[in-house]
Amino acid sequence: MAAAAAIDLHDLCHWYGSGSMRRQVLQGVNLQVEAGEVVLLTGPSGCGKTTLLTLVGALRQVQQGTVRVLGQSLEGASRGERQQLRRSIGMIFQGHNLLRCLTAEQNVQMGSDLLPGFSYRARRDQAREWLRAVGLGDQLNKLPHDLSGGQKQRVAIARALAAQPRLLLADEPTAALDSKTGREVVELLQRLAREQGCAVLMVTHDPRILDIADRLVRMEDGRLSEAEAMAQSTRG
Amino acid sequence: MSLEPVRELLHRVQGWLAGLWQRRGIPLSLLLLTRQPVRLAVALAGISFAGILMFMQLGFRDGLFDASVTIHRLFDADLVLISPRSTSSVSMAGFPKRRLVQAMAAPEVEGITPVHWNLLLWRNPETRGTRSILTLGFEPNDPLFTDPSLAPKARLLTQKGRVLFDEQSRPEFGPVASWFKAGRTVESEIAGKRVRVAGLVGLGTSFGADGNLLTSSETFLELLPNTPPGSIEVGLIRLNPGSDPAAVAERLQAQLPSDVTVLTKQGFIDFEQNYWRTSTSIGFIFTLGAAMGFVVGCVIVYQVLYSDVSDHLPEYATLMAMGYNLISLLGVVAREGLLLAAFGYLPAYAAGQGLYLLVRNATQLPVYMDTTRAVTVFTMILVMCMASAGLAMRRLADADPAEIF
Repeated sequence: MAAAAAIDLHDLCHWYGSGSMRRQVLQGVNLQVEAGEVVLLTGPSGCGKTTLLTLVGALRQVQQGTVRVLGQSLEGASRGERQQLRRSIGMIFQGHNLLRCLTAEQNVQMGSDLLPGFSYRARRDQAREWLRAVGLGDQLNKLPHDLSGGQKQRVAIARALAAQPRLLLADEPTAALDSKTGREVVELLQRLAREQGCAVLMVTHDPRILDIADRLVRMEDGRLSEAEAMAQSTRG
Repeated sequence: MSLEPVRELLHRVQGWLAGLWQRRGIPLSLLLLTRQPVRLAVALAGISFAGILMFMQLGFRDGLFDASVTIHRLFDADLVLISPRSTSSVSMAGFPKRRLVQAMAAPEVEGITPVHWNLLLWRNPETRGTRSILTLGFEPNDPLFTDPSLAPKARLLTQKGRVLFDEQSRPEFGPVASWFKAGRTVESEIAGKRVRVAGLVGLGTSFGADGNLLTSSETFLELLPNTPPGSIEVGLIRLNPGSDPAAVAERLQAQLPSDVTVLTKQGFIDFEQNYWRTSTSIGFIFTLGAAMGFVVGCVIVYQVLYSDVSDHLPEYATLMAMGYNLISLLGVVAREGLLLAAFGYLPAYAAGQGLYLLVRNATQLPVYMDTTRAVTVFTMILVMCMASAGLAMRRLADADPAEIF
């Protein structure tokens, strides 16, 4: 069971709307992501990438096809089961989506607070450890408001990893960043995920970061096509 | 007996509490409130305002009801006879004094005091204006009030045309007390007859009477020559120690003719308060005032919490995406309501204390912060905040984690 794929999709279809407005966004998607693998998903906007991400992230009810995430089937999963599974999935958004009223450290601790069986102090220390890991050890008590865009995105990464996820989903994490900062953030993300043995599925438009991937997947009109394994050489 | 089980229980409770403490998370509700000081200030101002309004209205209401029985509380009586035609202290009807004497037949009765009771016109000795004052007439040798300091002064009333003036009467009756203390002979007119102030007593004003006057039955009948002979307004009955006033009252009521009503002392107090409560709009007006405060508070807290939840909707959705369940997020809003109630109550309580002091000084109304009212207002504020939080929670249902990508 240890070798179970992080993500295993078979013939996944999804529609929006109903009646004559019904529109198919995913048309039989098949995708396997192994534990610890970093997969980048590219494609024109509106092709269904984000929908795929929300389905894998257990944020949406599966309509048709099979979805297994971290060994758990999501077809017909209840709201409570999906919410429970989400605790094992880290998510990084286009915007940082940090809580404005919490400091960097408190934001990250919202992630580690999800871990059962740790004392308050232990969870806080973990939060600090993660902020140090993303290079923000000296910004613990700053509010998101006082951080730069790149710093905020790094706090978001620390928050996602603090819950010790086995799968990390990222939706254009570099969209709001300049290219240099974006590159740094993504490299950090890749390195930390790899250290944790955490699989990554990242949606991106940014051509400069494609080389960090183990595998590239391209989506067009709700269908996936495997791009050439250009990142094969970087794989350890 | 060994203390071991107790010690072990304490140890376990301690361990349990420590466990809870260790399991605590980021105090999100507190931080949501305190990191938005303007919004917090608005909410607290609204809640405090509502609380103060409730404190004032309920305080006035209870104070007025309390003040309506200032005199009633003073009587040295276990049972009180009144006429069934009496409706309140401002309209007391007469009944035959014989009924009081008949009541003496009961073995428990130790003593009786017939009392004349009416509102008479007192002429202000300084301005010559008249104003109605509550006048009680009694036999100077009979006990009237539980306060023993009255008895020596009552003896002064055996002389005809003498009265005892309540120095706590409103100043509109004239500077009687200060003149008397200065050694002057104070004379004035009641119902057109000349009387002299023989002494001062401290009774206190009530709702129906701005001032009080005590005099002998003889003087009273002289002031009111039209009083039917043998008619009194109030009959005080004192019972042997250890007898049950309620039981005796019931028996006397059955024995005596129906031209008299037998009340316990508390019944007499309730009779008066009940008049002001039910036959006037006072209770309604002040309760309505308190209800208005409640509604205003609800609206403000609801507005604040609703816009707070709306503003943070993407953040709540993010937390849901991270794996926090809806219940824990509802808990955040509920705790916000709880904190607002607690923070908002404290200034309201403090302001209430201050305003009560102000009211006591300005109106002599007995308005005090009693525990019941303090708890009532806190409960109202709590209900207000929790109801508003409950309504604001509905907004959380709009937090869809699927929409935040």
